[in-house]
Amino acid sequence: MLAARVVQEQGIHVEGVNFFTGFCVEGHTHAIRDRKHKKPKRNNALWVAEQLGIKLHVIDISEDYKDVVLHPRHGYGQNLNPCLDCKIFMVGKTLELGLIDDLDFDFVLTGEVIGQRPKSQRRETMPIIAKESGANDRLLRPLCALNLPPTLPEREGWVNRDQLFGFHGRSRKPQMELAEKFGFSDYAQPAGGCCFLTDETYSNKLRDLWEARDSRDYQLDDIMLLKIGRHIRPRPHFKLIIGREEGENRFLAGYRNQFTHLAVTDYPGPLALLDGNPTTTDIELAARILARYSQGRAADKLLVTVASVTGLTRDIEVTPMAPNELEPSWHVGS
Amino acid sequence: MSAPNQPLKIVDVRGLLCPLPVIRMQERVKQLTPGTILKVLATDPGSLEDIPAWCRVHGHTVLETRHENHDIQLVIRVSG
Repeated sequence: MLAARVVQEQGIHVEGVNFFTGFCVEGHTHAIRDRKHKKPKRNNALWVAEQLGIKLHVIDISEDYKDVVLHPRHGYGQNLNPCLDCKIFMVGKTLELGLIDDLDFDFVLTGEVIGQRPKSQRRETMPIIAKESGANDRLLRPLCALNLPPTLPEREGWVNRDQLFGFHGRSRKPQMELAEKFGFSDYAQPAGGCCFLTDETYSNKLRDLWEARDSRDYQLDDIMLLKIGRHIRPRPHFKLIIGREEGENRFLAGYRNQFTHLAVTDYPGPLALLDGNPTTTDIELAARILARYSQGRAADKLLVTVASVTGLTRDIEVTPMAPNELEPSWHVGS
Repeated sequence: MSAPNQPLKIVDVRGLLCPLPVIRMQERVKQLTPGTILKVLATDPGSLEDIPAWCRVHGHTVLETRHENHDIQLVIRVSG
């Protein structure tokens, strides 16, 4: 937001690009859960575009992005976050927009600041991103440009280097002061907090998925479902995904034609999907676990409806699992 | 509401969550000529904020918004 405004201040036309990787924290999470949010349900990128008065191109790169997640050439950060490869990929994809979507632009700008992030925003990584993305010296970082060699837009005089900045380090105080100068009283979450791959619990869930399937791969639905509900794996070959509130139950219900699913019949309770290849015995175990999360958890016996992907249903009577029977290690991600 | 002789186009993004409704609508709008009326069918409550916001930044006009239970409908006039 700041980087774009800095360049706009020089009278340059700017358009925004926002990429959907499937791992975005905002969006799906706020859309799914029913909890009362004080913050409005907004897409931050769109909100920023409106504040700046620029067009925003929202691009789905979720399929191509798999290769970045599965085979990062520069490795992962603290969790499964391939931040450096991600930046290279996104700048490269932005360049592709000029070819595929016929967008006409002279250079690409990002809001990176040297030293802001330990893995991807270091002095040494800046030229790597520029080179490996193919942008080379058409990649301008207005917020830290004074700490870097002049880029093509600066050398050609398209951008006045004297009006760019030399921010560096982890402190965001200079950015906040600049935001205040521009009159921005509200701004989106700082970089890094917007990707589930930086989250330890989520990364553990993704590793669990790969281990259970004996394959480092995923589909979009897989990574969406990892954001939702309690994931409980009582046996290596299957897990339950249990909704935690109404919004999640409704979202999970959209997958009923893809998974065997369970719901407690005679008490209010959540919906559960079974991911994997559960046997009849496993389904009974799953029903007992699910019953534990229903309002019938104190009952001696209750009925659970089991429905197959083809819509066949049957009721089974089970005893809700006692708290001490539910192994802590079954909770995926923790 | 719709211009005379202007057939209504529909994009169905029900079941998709933010930002996919915007992405699918954006892809559809690119195929349409200025003045076309597009109806968006959605279920994600975020669409009520995001689709009008996307229309505003791209100059398209939201003609109508409906939200009943979990069903959302927005009618848009594509700009030039």
